[in-house]
Amino acid sequence: MAVEGNAIDALSQFELGTVGGAIGASVGFTQSNLHMVIAGALIVLLMVIGMRPRAIVPGRLQSVAESAYGFIDDMVVSQVGPEGRRFFPFVFTLFMFILFGNMLGLFPYAFTYTSHISMTFTLAAIVIVLVTLVALSIHGMHFFSYFFPEGAPLWLAPIIIPVEIVSYLSRPISLSIRLFANMVAGHVMLKVFATFIVMLAGLGTIGPFLSIMPLAINVVLVGFEVLVAFLQAYVFAILTCIYLHDAVHLH
Amino acid sequence: MVNERNSFEKRLKAARDRQGLDRPEPSRNALPSTWGFGLRAGVEVVSALIVGVGLGLILDRWLGTWPWLFLLMFCLGAAAGVLNVYRLFTPRSGARRD
Repeated sequence: MAVEGNAIDALSQFELGTVGGAIGASVGFTQSNLHMVIAGALIVLLMVIGMRPRAIVPGRLQSVAESAYGFIDDMVVSQVGPEGRRFFPFVFTLFMFILFGNMLGLFPYAFTYTSHISMTFTLAAIVIVLVTLVALSIHGMHFFSYFFPEGAPLWLAPIIIPVEIVSYLSRPISLSIRLFANMVAGHVMLKVFATFIVMLAGLGTIGPFLSIMPLAINVVLVGFEVLVAFLQAYVFAILTCIYLHDAVHLH
Repeated sequence: MVNERNSFEKRLKAARDRQGLDRPEPSRNALPSTWGFGLRAGVEVVSALIVGVGLGLILDRWLGTWPWLFLLMFCLGAAAGVLNVYRLFTPRSGARRD
């Protein structure tokens, strides 16, 4: 699949296809959806089975579940403040869904659903709509003062307000592009170097020895991708918290 | 009971200190690597430009004023991009309190 003729085909891994035979094809159930379902099931299993023992000294699964919970709880409370706790379920769901999507994508034959901009933009749009609704419900019409910083001279309003509005609207775009671009770039690099392994291995007697180099690079890259997978989920969650902070506190 | 737990925490802390397990974390707000930071700034500018250009094109198509609103919104998008990058560099608490 990776080597066709002598071209490097790094993008076909992002192509969507239906799974589940005729039923899947008729409802348009793609492998992306399949991996979302898998990720959701894994998260639920982790939390339900992990927390079943309720031991004081946690076992492995329980400590994974607890540290994930504590990590997001700390993040929400430190970024939004104690009154931000009610957003914990939302941020936790978002974080776990993205984290599992990124991590699942690193397995062979798996599909990375966070590598599609339609997917990441949907998540970012949900975040921004929620943030705006929260701000509107807490502050009412006062929310619109967000677009005009206090103390700025009034004659600057025609410039500042449109710029602030564009800046506000660019939040979901930057949120989604960051996640999507990181995942796509990582997977393209993995695929390119994996293709080099195959290509070099076919170079006669010296080939297999040369192909050790891209193999080594790929080993390093996989480790790096694990870091990126976690980091991007973290960035998405913490930016959501920052936006929620702005919505709750306004300025 | 409470005292016991407190003293346990204290002894645990002392033991961890002896073993050097509690390294002071590098502060979260420290600048990440230059590459990472450049990419983040780039994403901020590009996304603001996308919003500006997109809004301009849509408004132009709606009002039939091509290319004036496009040009205006392009400039606004660029300004918003600079504003985003500025916000990236300024610590949040300071930027919000002025």
